Amino acid sequence: MSEKRNIAVTINGKRYEESVEVRWTLADFMRQQLGLTGTHLGCEHGVCGACTILLDGRSARSCLMLAVQADGHEIMTVEGIAPSADKLHPLQEAFRDNHGLQCGFCTPGMLTTLIEFLRDNPDPTEQEVRIAISGNLCRCTGYQGIVAAALDAAQRLKVLKEAP
Amino acid sequence: MTARTFGNRVGRIEDPPLLTGKGRFIDDIAWPDLAHAAFVRSPHGHACILGIDARVALALPGVFGVFTAEDFAPRLKIDRLIVGLPSSAYRQEVNRPVLAKDEVVHVGEPVAVVVAVNRYVAEDAAALVNVEYDILPAVADARAALAKNSPNVHRNAPHNLLAEFDIAYGDVTAAFANAPHVFRESLWQHRGGGHSIECRGCVARYDVNEERLTAWCSTQTPHTAMQLLSGMLGLDESQLRVITPDVGGGFGPKLIFYPEEVAVPLAAMLLGRPVKWIEDRREHFVASTQERDQFWDIEIAVDRDARILGVRGQLIHEHGAYTARGVNLPYESAQTVTLPYEVPAYALNVKLALTNKVPVTPVRGAGQPQGCFAMERLLDRVARELSLDRAEVRRRNLIQPEKMPYAKPLRSRGGMAVLLDSGDYPRCQQMVLDAIGWADFRTRQSTARARGRYIGVGLANFVKGTGRGPFEPVTVRIGPSGKIQIYSGATAMGQSTRTMLAQIVADQFGGAMDNIVVTAGDTAGTAMGIGGFNSRQAVMAGSSAHLAAVKLREKTIAIASKLLNAPVDQLDVDAGAVFVRAKPKTAIALGDIARAVAGVPGLALPGGIAPGLEASEAFVCDEMAYANGAGAAEVEVDPDTGAVSVLKFVIAHDCGRAINPMIVDGQIVGGVAHGIGNALFEWMGFDAECQPITATFADYLLIGSSETPDIGVLHLESPSPLNPLGVKGVGECGVMPAAPAIMSAIEDALSPFGVRIARTPILPPEILAAIHAAAGLEKTLAPTL
Amino acid sequence: MKPPPFSYHDPRTVSDAVGLLSSLENAKVLAGGQSLMPMLNFRYVLPDHLIDLNKIPELSFLREVDGGIELGSMTRQRDIEFSDLVKARFPIINEAILNVGHRQTRNRGTIGGSLCHLDPSAELVTMAAAHDAVVTVAGPNGTRDIPFAEFPVAFMTPALEPNELLVKVRFQRWAAGHGYGFVEFARRHGDFAIASAAALIEVDAAGKIGRASLTLGGVNVKPVRMYEVERKLIGQAPSEDLFRELCEECRKVDAIDDVHAPASYRQHLAAVMSRRALVAAMGRVGRA
Repeated sequence: MSEKRNIAVTINGKRYEESVEVRWTLADFMRQQLGLTGTHLGCEHGVCGACTILLDGRSARSCLMLAVQADGHEIMTVEGIAPSADKLHPLQEAFRDNHGLQCGFCTPGMLTTLIEFLRDNPDPTEQEVRIAISGNLCRCTGYQGIVAAALDAAQRLKVLKEAP
Repeated sequence: MTARTFGNRVGRIEDPPLLTGKGRFIDDIAWPDLAHAAFVRSPHGHACILGIDARVALALPGVFGVFTAEDFAPRLKIDRLIVGLPSSAYRQEVNRPVLAKDEVVHVGEPVAVVVAVNRYVAEDAAALVNVEYDILPAVADARAALAKNSPNVHRNAPHNLLAEFDIAYGDVTAAFANAPHVFRESLWQHRGGGHSIECRGCVARYDVNEERLTAWCSTQTPHTAMQLLSGMLGLDESQLRVITPDVGGGFGPKLIFYPEEVAVPLAAMLLGRPVKWIEDRREHFVASTQERDQFWDIEIAVDRDARILGVRGQLIHEHGAYTARGVNLPYESAQTVTLPYEVPAYALNVKLALTNKVPVTPVRGAGQPQGCFAMERLLDRVARELSLDRAEVRRRNLIQPEKMPYAKPLRSRGGMAVLLDSGDYPRCQQMVLDAIGWADFRTRQSTARARGRYIGVGLANFVKGTGRGPFEPVTVRIGPSGKIQIYSGATAMGQSTRTMLAQIVADQFGGAMDNIVVTAGDTAGTAMGIGGFNSRQAVMAGSSAHLAAVKLREKTIAIASKLLNAPVDQLDVDAGAVFVRAKPKTAIALGDIARAVAGVPGLALPGGIAPGLEASEAFVCDEMAYANGAGAAEVEVDPDTGAVSVLKFVIAHDCGRAINPMIVDGQIVGGVAHGIGNALFEWMGFDAECQPITATFADYLLIGSSETPDIGVLHLESPSPLNPLGVKGVGECGVMPAAPAIMSAIEDALSPFGVRIARTPILPPEILAAIHAAAGLEKTLAPTL
Repeated sequence: MKPPPFSYHDPRTVSDAVGLLSSLENAKVLAGGQSLMPMLNFRYVLPDHLIDLNKIPELSFLREVDGGIELGSMTRQRDIEFSDLVKARFPIINEAILNVGHRQTRNRGTIGGSLCHLDPSAELVTMAAAHDAVVTVAGPNGTRDIPFAEFPVAFMTPALEPNELLVKVRFQRWAAGHGYGFVEFARRHGDFAIASAAALIEVDAAGKIGRASLTLGGVNVKPVRMYEVERKLIGQAPSEDLFRELCEECRKVDAIDDVHAPASYRQHLAAVMSRRALVAAMGRVGRA
């Protein structure tokens, strides 16, 4: 009994029409069926946040969604954050410059979470940043570099917005 | 030549793919015919296996095979993982099998492996494998394990004492007999799992064209894996390759070689298709090694001026069900106790006890944090009893800088003398005291207390052995492409190994890092390697990289000198070419230099130079480089709930010389956060039947961003004389002072209640119980443990 | 940790959903997935059928009704969090909901899912108990209303027949200027509450408490309304001393024992959290 459904989902601007097993999680569908391995699995029970993606612009744990539930929706993963192949998003640059990543495994989830957060909160305090990423676990950095990167990114995005 | 990248905050070469989702972690590896494995694991702490029936599982569509110990036996030349580091302390050998045959000794022990078309089906099938068990008594507590009437952890073992040793020097008996003051503490120290955000994993593929088995392992020790696989599978080095992909954190458990890393390659060979196994988080709790309990009974003798006369005691260390590493963990605990201080006499008896739980092996810190904790708690006790400032007691006993190098009458595990090579311990202590505001804290504290707030400060010093020898080879090579290739047995797990090596080599080649390619942790890249643990790679691999790069630079310039017809001392290297300093346009690209010594049939090499453009070094150093530092914490305790907030943490650290300050800071902060987690949150709990009771992330608490304070990092650099770079290890040091400083601070915050803490971690219910007990209230709350 | 096999259904109307629930054996309803999906991944539950409610638009609404609000069961927690109506009329719900997991949780989680899952420490469950909410349930024979006090039957077991679906919940508002306080003790930000307290008070012109609601969450398997304490608060002038004395009653509540805390600790926290919630409520009286 491997029941399947046909779904159409747009991921990072590209439309995919696929047949997927109904019990497959969104994370496994993206990683294994579409080869989008940027989104990572750290716990598969909704705590670590490594699997976070943006569903219609809102952060969601892809280990807690079925692939079939993505039918008709738009998703952004870490692979879709950079504006082009040779340019990084200011948030990614800020991570690089503030040592916001070490092993890089939690990073995709941190980035998507912060993309949403900074879009909705362009001028956050440190405390607000810490609360924003409290659903994302990191074992390497102690969060300091990530928080610094988020605050730095907020500044960079502000400058870009204000640019003539 | 002046260093251009060494010491600078250069960007990491690891970052670009990791930032854009282009990392290649173990679960990212795939082929169309890849099969997926799931393990059937023991649900019992201790049981006999009466039978395994896999027929229903095998019949499930999509299942390629189900393997048990019986299926693997014909293919195993050695059927146990014999991995224990040598020691005279062992009283018995308990080595892990690949799959359990007739006895299981911990929840999570692998019993069978299912291989199927995907992990979903593999898990369906695993649930259908019928294993019949006869349950045996399980031993949960290390102390109880050593009692005369204890059931056996292994039914055929003589007893549960795995190993015993003593570490001692000086005359403790005399020291204690004549001491004006003797204070004794019973401590329970517990650390938990590694819990890298990426769990373990292994992918194996036998390539018929290469006639070679390749295993990708999310491991810290690929060369060790290769050696063990070679012996167990009866393959020679040409038939085997182990590659580490990007590793999402290691922290110790990934340095171990595991049964799954044999089972997966065997399954791949038996099935004739590539097989992948990814550990899920539930498995990590029961199948990856972890640290757990240590029980210390320790006393300190001091004179009337609080100067240490001696320290002695006993340590019972929980080893788990098998030897997955050795006796090193408690050995390091015992070694570390006295390191920062003048201790004329010392004796610690150490017993390692078997229990029916997953084996215990190092997690970041590797036993040293526990030794530090024991000593720091004793010194806090001395301060309290003699009504002295805690910092003052330490000041009176810290080894003074003019005494460096300081010989401790101790021997390392390998028999090397323990020589504290360099450092200014009192200065590090003063740095954190100043940063935390120790001197006028009492004023702040009384003001806070008047407002019903309970704040406190604590302090801890540490000395940590780093740079575990004997070597870590590095080859640096320039090929016709002109790229500078670095190969090393060193392994990356997030600690920026590749950037570290690239920076060191770049310094010899004009400082440009974009011309450098680093291959780490691939047995095809270097024949030998030891791997990443014990904060060793900057010291060992870094030194090898430096020496190799210096040699290679010399050779490169020597060849260029012949080709350019210019004297060596007029030449320099920059951006991929050698050029005449005074006439930079007169240059020759590195690739052309490589081509010149690649050999043309029948022609002599220019000017009698030796072939090829490479240098290999395996810098040997047996002595450890001793890093040191101090940590100070300010905490607030809510007396109504027992909740502890760490308001501030500062750490001073001496890493010898910082290769990349950004990376050093990142390692220290990460280590401190881990230590805070160990002090206040992480407890790996088991019940009396050795069933894990904190086996999800909802119950086992990793520290999050809201619980982590801002961590201030201060630096001192006392270059180590032991290696050409003067560096000391960094990766684990942040863990060291966290728990003792925090416990000290909690006691300070709750001093009106007279709370004493003899454990780590401590959780709110226990703090509340301590407050109520001390206040003599009727309603005492039973502690959780 | 992959879900077991099941048949997937995605009805578009409530009546289709009820029809499926009536005809399928061993079916589970999928709302936000924040509780069910972990259970599926762990294989703690093995349903033969999964009925996904996410494509039923009629279940998702948040509207003002006479004296209160009604929320469709599939209303996302996120929409409750950002609702100006809720902030204005039910500030305690806004305060409580910020403790529900994290941003990712609330973006997907629903109020219906939380109410039916009945985790002992769920903030929205505590809110429903505190407000004497009324849930409306749809079955093959129509709808019926259940006062929330009767909704939790046992540990994580709602008073729902297998063929019934929670469709909406109604909260009656408290008078403008009411005092409110929600206080929770959790180990980390966003963690399940070990103990929480929700306090609502109305104070009359003479400065006496005219109405009170005090609910404990996380302490027992169901939220506990402290009716005795509420009764004793009526007619009294609010003060911290009064609250401290009356909240001692909370220590007697039957409490959960687990890896995070023994029962005695939860009982102690019950007294502390309820006092703090009442003190917070007292401080907010009059701030309309």
